[in-house]
Amino acid sequence: MTNRYIARSPEIAARLLADEMIIMSVRDSTLFTLNPVATVIWQAADGSTPLREIVERKVCAQFDIDPGAACDDAEAFVAELASHGILFLSDQPIRDLATPAKAVPVEEHSWAR
Amino acid sequence: MPEQTILRTCAENLDYGVSVEIGATPIRLRTSSPAFFRLLEDRYGGFLGQAPKPSYELDVELHSPTPNSPRADLEVSRNQNVWRISRGDFWAEWDTQSRRGHVRQSPNPYSIDTVLRILHSLVLTEEGGFLVHAASAIRNGRAFLFSGVSGAGKTTISRLAPPDVTVLTDEISYVRKCNGVYRAFGTPFAGELARVGENVAAPIAGLFFLDKGPENRREPIGDSAAAAALLRNILFFAEDPALVQTVFQSACDFVRCVPVSRLVFRPDPAVWETIV
Repeated sequence: MTNRYIARSPEIAARLLADEMIIMSVRDSTLFTLNPVATVIWQAADGSTPLREIVERKVCAQFDIDPGAACDDAEAFVAELASHGILFLSDQPIRDLATPAKAVPVEEHSWAR
Repeated sequence: MPEQTILRTCAENLDYGVSVEIGATPIRLRTSSPAFFRLLEDRYGGFLGQAPKPSYELDVELHSPTPNSPRADLEVSRNQNVWRISRGDFWAEWDTQSRRGHVRQSPNPYSIDTVLRILHSLVLTEEGGFLVHAASAIRNGRAFLFSGVSGAGKTTISRLAPPDVTVLTDEISYVRKCNGVYRAFGTPFAGELARVGENVAAPIAGLFFLDKGPENRREPIGDSAAAAALLRNILFFAEDPALVQTVFQSACDFVRCVPVSRLVFRPDPAVWETIV
C-alpha cells in the first residue's frame, strides 16, 4: 500500500447510529451505511493520517482482521467512497477540503452497503 | 409564464378566504373566486379553522386552464427569504419573513394541494419534522406510521383498520416534533383510499416499513437501516444543502426516539393485532 491520505468531504451529512455510520451526500442525496470497520476508517479520515497507519493502528487494533487483507479492503473502500465524492483521496496530506476528490471507479464493496 | 414578484399588488379583490389548518399550522388562502372558495371548502372541509393569525397567507390568482402538464418538472428554489416553486400547472412564491405569498394556477384542487405540501414540508423541516410517504392512524391514543413506496400497502393497511382506529392519512403523514415528542397529525392528502384523514393528532408509538407477505409478523430494524429507509420516503423538494442536512439529522433523531420495525403482512384485518 502506498501512502494514501483521506479526508471527509464537507458536502455530506453524517451520523453515527449504534456502531454504524450513515452518510448522505447533500449534492445528490445518495445514502451510504458503513459497517463498524468502515466507520472506524471514516472517523479517522482527517486528511493527515496515512491510510496505512489508520488500518494498522485503528482497524487492526480493534478488529480481528489480517493486516494485509485489511489494507486491500481499505484501499478498495476508500476508492469507492471517493468515486461518489464523499471522501477525498490523495497521495499527499489533504489540507484544502475544497479540492475535489479524484474519482476512482471501483466495484461495489462490502464495507459500504 | 412570466416571472412575477411577491411584492406585486394583486388587482383583484380577494374577498374570499379560508384558513386551512394542517398540523396545527394555519395557512390562509385568499381568492377572488367564489367557485374556487367553495372548492377549497369542500377539499379541506375537516381542516378549516378560524385562526386569527395564520402562519402563512397566500393569495391565489386564478387563470384559465392551460395545456401545461402537472407532470412537468417541479422546480423549487430559494432566494434569501423567498421560496419560489413552479410546475407546468402552477407558479408560487412566498416570503418566509413576511409570511405572505402568491399562487398562480387554474381553478383546480391539485395545484394548491402541491403548494400546501411543499410549504408544509419546508416549514416542518425547520422544526425537526417532515412529511413522509406513509399511512398513519391512531389507536388507543397512540399513532402508528406505515411507510413504503407505491404498492407497499399503505392504502391496504388503512382499509383494514378496525373501527376503533382513526385513520390520519393513507398516503402522506405529517410528523411534527412538539416539546421533544414526535406527533402524527391527520392530513387531507389522500391516496387510493380517496378519503381525507381525520384532523387529530397523537404521539407516535411506532413506524413500520410495509412489506406484503404470506403471514403477519414484525421484525425490528437497526437504527442506521431505519434512518436510511425513512430518508428514502421523506418528501423533500428543495436542493438547499443546509436543509438537506437538517432533514438528515431529523430522520436520525426520529429513529433514535421512535421504535421502527418491518411489518410483513397479508391483507387480513388480523394484521392490526400484530401492530398494537
